[in-house]
Amino acid sequence: MTRTLPVSDAGSTRPNAVPAKAGTSRRGLAEQLPAETLVGWLRDMMLIREFEVRTMQAYQDKKIGGFCHVYIGQEAVAVGCTAAAAPTDPMVTAYRDHGHALARGMDPRHCMAEMFGRIGGCAKGKGGSMHMFDKAHHLYGGHGIVGAQTPLGAGLAFATKYWDEVVNGGRSRSVTLCFLGDGALNQGAFHEAMNLAGLMNLPVIYVVENNGYSMGTAIGRGTTMAHDLSVKAAAYGIEAVVVDGMDVLAVYDGMKPLVDWCREECRPAFVDMRTYRYKGHSMSDPRKYRTRDEEERFESEDPIDRLVGHLERRKALDKESLAELNRDVKQQVRDSVKWAEASPPPPIEELFTDVYVDEWGPYRGTSLPEMLREDAGDAGSGKQ
Amino acid sequence: MTVQREIDFRDALREAMSEEMRRDKRVFLMGEEVAEYNGAYKVSRGMLEEFGPQRVIDTPISESGFAGLCIGAAMTGLRPVVEFMSWSFSLVAADPILNNAPKMLYMSGGQFGCPIVFRGNDGAGGQLGSTHSWCVEALYANVPGLKMAIPSDPYDAKGLLKTAIRDDNPVFFLESERLLSVKGPVPEAEYTIPFGQALVRRRGTDATIVSFGRPVHFCLEAAEELAKEGIDCEVIDGRTIRPLDIDTIVESVRRTSRCVVVDQSWPFASIGSEIAAQVHQRCFDDLDNHVHRVHTDDVPTPYAWELEQAYLPNARKICEAVRSVTYRQ
Ligand SMILES: Cc1ncc(C[n+]2csc(CCOP(=O)(O)OP(=O)(O)O)c2C)c(N)n1
Ligand SMILES: [Mg+2]
Repeated sequence: MTRTLPVSDAGSTRPNAVPAKAGTSRRGLAEQLPAETLVGWLRDMMLIREFEVRTMQAYQDKKIGGFCHVYIGQEAVAVGCTAAAAPTDPMVTAYRDHGHALARGMDPRHCMAEMFGRIGGCAKGKGGSMHMFDKAHHLYGGHGIVGAQTPLGAGLAFATKYWDEVVNGGRSRSVTLCFLGDGALNQGAFHEAMNLAGLMNLPVIYVVENNGYSMGTAIGRGTTMAHDLSVKAAAYGIEAVVVDGMDVLAVYDGMKPLVDWCREECRPAFVDMRTYRYKGHSMSDPRKYRTRDEEERFESEDPIDRLVGHLERRKALDKESLAELNRDVKQQVRDSVKWAEASPPPPIEELFTDVYVDEWGPYRGTSLPEMLREDAGDAGSGKQ
Repeated sequence: MTVQREIDFRDALREAMSEEMRRDKRVFLMGEEVAEYNGAYKVSRGMLEEFGPQRVIDTPISESGFAGLCIGAAMTGLRPVVEFMSWSFSLVAADPILNNAPKMLYMSGGQFGCPIVFRGNDGAGGQLGSTHSWCVEALYANVPGLKMAIPSDPYDAKGLLKTAIRDDNPVFFLESERLLSVKGPVPEAEYTIPFGQALVRRRGTDATIVSFGRPVHFCLEAAEELAKEGIDCEVIDGRTIRPLDIDTIVESVRRTSRCVVVDQSWPFASIGSEIAAQVHQRCFDDLDNHVHRVHTDDVPTPYAWELEQAYLPNARKICEAVRSVTYRQ
């Protein structure tokens, strides 16, 4: 079955060809995986969707403050990319980061509690929605400044290579996934990072979650050559591929060979990941800059529905097990909200911890969040 | 009896980096022209030969890119030393060095620290004009989460830089192009200098002069001059701005009752005004006069030699301030 890649009305009309050199997308790769694996992806995508629905509610209820950006519509990207990478491969992303945190394995309780500004949050309530960090799962943030994570991504790739080659005297073994929005394509930091990654042979993949808009600016209004982003990568000698980000199987098929190639060749790559955010940019966006028609077109190709369809055709999922998954995920998210509510606000002493590693003057050193403490569990802050 | 060895400020910096790179493979040096060119100011001369291109790394002119890259590397526990050819050029890297490095530990709730050193020339180099003569201390010291050191002689340059590299926090290390060729005694034996410990460079009873980095030399010069007039000055070299050793300053001011702060940056919202505020707060009843301040003038750095000289702090201006604070004029 052939399918044209999704594009927003304002964006590209013609995806560029996938270059053959860098790990060419291999159709059917994901289909060969055991059904349980794909059901696991489905569960992850459903979890993110449900989590974000409850996030929006909690925001309306004023339990979450500040800026908050939900990932609904883009679930296949975080889940498919996570599946294609090794669990120890570093990941870093922008502020639309709940999906990446959950896909990587962060307990939704800590993610929700972070947004609630509670001590049980992944960053003890000091980071908020835009700044999710999870050391155990090699997630290096959640970064609120558009494009700021792109040099960090180059640095993470530099670091894994340096640790493997210089410190441990072996061979580079990791690949860093650095996610960015299409809006970040226009930041200087991104171009400096791409140039450095190309020059220094850094094993980093820049995954542009191209949802067609940066806030209200359609990609074509803010980015030159929006119909063929591969030229941006070509300028830095970096291989580029286009991937259908609305289909988790296609994400895996595109990303797995690419991740393998980057790991093997110790080279960077660039992915124009075509996706769509169903909701507004943040919680206060009436979406006047696009048509309902366009939204419906993408919603009709929903990544969760498509995976369900695939699994049903394979007879790997029936109505009952889908309903059970649904109940299970809803329960887990409800539980995360309750847990977050029960977690107390950070004690006032936390104001002066984690500023410096050491203690001096008013500063009280540092301590790990509950999420990373070995004794952490239900007996922790969020009693139910 | 062994004669104390004397070396240049720039050699002291190189010794600090090289020694730390020998003892810890996690330490590397990155910046423009640091490797093949031997450093724009020859600070890293010979380091490429010793450590190779994986650890002494040339970059393109991309301060935002390589500063951010090194911050990402530091998040994993590596210990980058980032050389800015001049701190003036760090302004294009303001986001990574101010928004990422000093806040990473806090924003991640204690998960990711950032053990990194940013170093380079700070302050007027000599007729470089406004874009190239930045004193970034006031601008950057405002940000919690970073430490800041400003050595004034080769001994401190080496000892403080070694401490900076071993520190688990981001350290902004401010050197001076005008001091790079200054010689001073530096022992062969290993030593480090703790942060937050000011050094009393001259004992005195009539007034306390506080400064950091290059202007410390102007203060000592002024103190000699003033001694001839019968004014006995104490000169304190702060060494680090964060942490600031206010206790040593306060202890001195309580004895002398007069204080002059000499700061090579602009007067408004500056290190000088910060120290004046803290001294007024802590020594209100001990002071015989309000704290006097000597700064660069509150204008962009001029090019013309005469104008630049008039603009910078110098011994003459310090003498005037001390005479004024001691009611001798
Ligand atoms: C440097 C900077 N400028 C502006 C903003 C405000 N801002 C936050 S998100 C955003 C749009 C970014 O869009 P995109 O990169 O496409 O990501 P998406 O929201 O689509 O995931 C803007 C302008 C910011 N956070 N950082
Ligand atoms: Mg976008």
